[in-house]
Amino acid sequence: MSRQTESAEEFAFADDSAPGDEASTADIARGLRGYLVGLFLAVLLTALSFWAAGTHLIYGPAIPIAIAALAFAQMGVHLVFFLHITTAPDNTNNAMALAFGVLICVIIVFGSAWIMFHLNHNLMPMNQLLQVQR
Amino acid sequence: MSGYSAYSTTVDAAPLGYGEHAGARGHGAGGPASARIVIGYGFWIFLLSDFVMFSCFFAAYAVLAGQTAGGPTARQVFDPGSVAIETACLLLSSFVCGLATLAVAGASQLWTHVALLVSGLFGFVFVLLEAREFAGLVEMGAGPQRSAFLTAFFTLVGCHGLHVSLGLLWLGTMMAQFYAKGFRRNIRHRFLCFSLFWHALDIIWVAIFSLVYLVGTVL
Repeated sequence: MSRQTESAEEFAFADDSAPGDEASTADIARGLRGYLVGLFLAVLLTALSFWAAGTHLIYGPAIPIAIAALAFAQMGVHLVFFLHITTAPDNTNNAMALAFGVLICVIIVFGSAWIMFHLNHNLMPMNQLLQVQR
Repeated sequence: MSGYSAYSTTVDAAPLGYGEHAGARGHGAGGPASARIVIGYGFWIFLLSDFVMFSCFFAAYAVLAGQTAGGPTARQVFDPGSVAIETACLLLSSFVCGLATLAVAGASQLWTHVALLVSGLFGFVFVLLEAREFAGLVEMGAGPQRSAFLTAFFTLVGCHGLHVSLGLLWLGTMMAQFYAKGFRRNIRHRFLCFSLFWHALDIIWVAIFSLVYLVGTVL
């Protein structure tokens, strides 16, 4: 057992935190509760997503929007309860980096879709283009 | 570590960095951030760059999802039942990895290895199910070369599957290192990075099962 614990001081993390935070020995019950809450919320949101995909209760064209909203909510649950991203003062850098990362991802996905669908709309169909070239 | 509590007293009209949270390192007053904070932050930056890479694959898939070239459409090739099981496996794997974090904090060899083994088995089942799905698609002539839609699909989902497979190797390495070297500080830092990686992969899977599989079967 001696090689497992170098000293009790090693496990005292109470004064700082980071994403994926490790709980100290005294906080294990609290940590377990956090993970259980996260699992419950994640299962609930996942079940709702699968239900929304098959239901006729929601207006058809709104279903993709509903699934996307549930997905964003579940990503938030994972970030808070599993990765332990918080707005605590010693976690500000992680939250700021996340905000910047989300901004870049949104620009890439929505920017690409926006440009490509408009290109598709404005271009001449391929069979007409071939006739022009002849 | 005990010395930092001296900074936590509130000072009225304190200059920046000397207020209520001046005891938190990384604010100047408490000295440089601990290695654990810096390592977690650095790995978090890497994970965010991974998210950006996946967002490129998502963008490509969003643009190409309708380009089936007369081949099978998303609705024809996706099996929601299989996806539900894969989703459950990866979510439980991520949850049990969180429990392993608690076991590591409690310095319990037994529970650390039990939790990591269970987490790895769930991850392994996920990879097997996905491999079976891919093999089935190739067998029915819906491989990545069939259409732009399938190319984008195999690239996006396959890249995630590759991440999970490499993560499984990392998980096995962590188990061996905990067994051979115990709960040393640097091994625990490595495990912090692994747990972040594993949870991040589940976040990407949330986007995949929602925006690729579920939306694909609806449209």
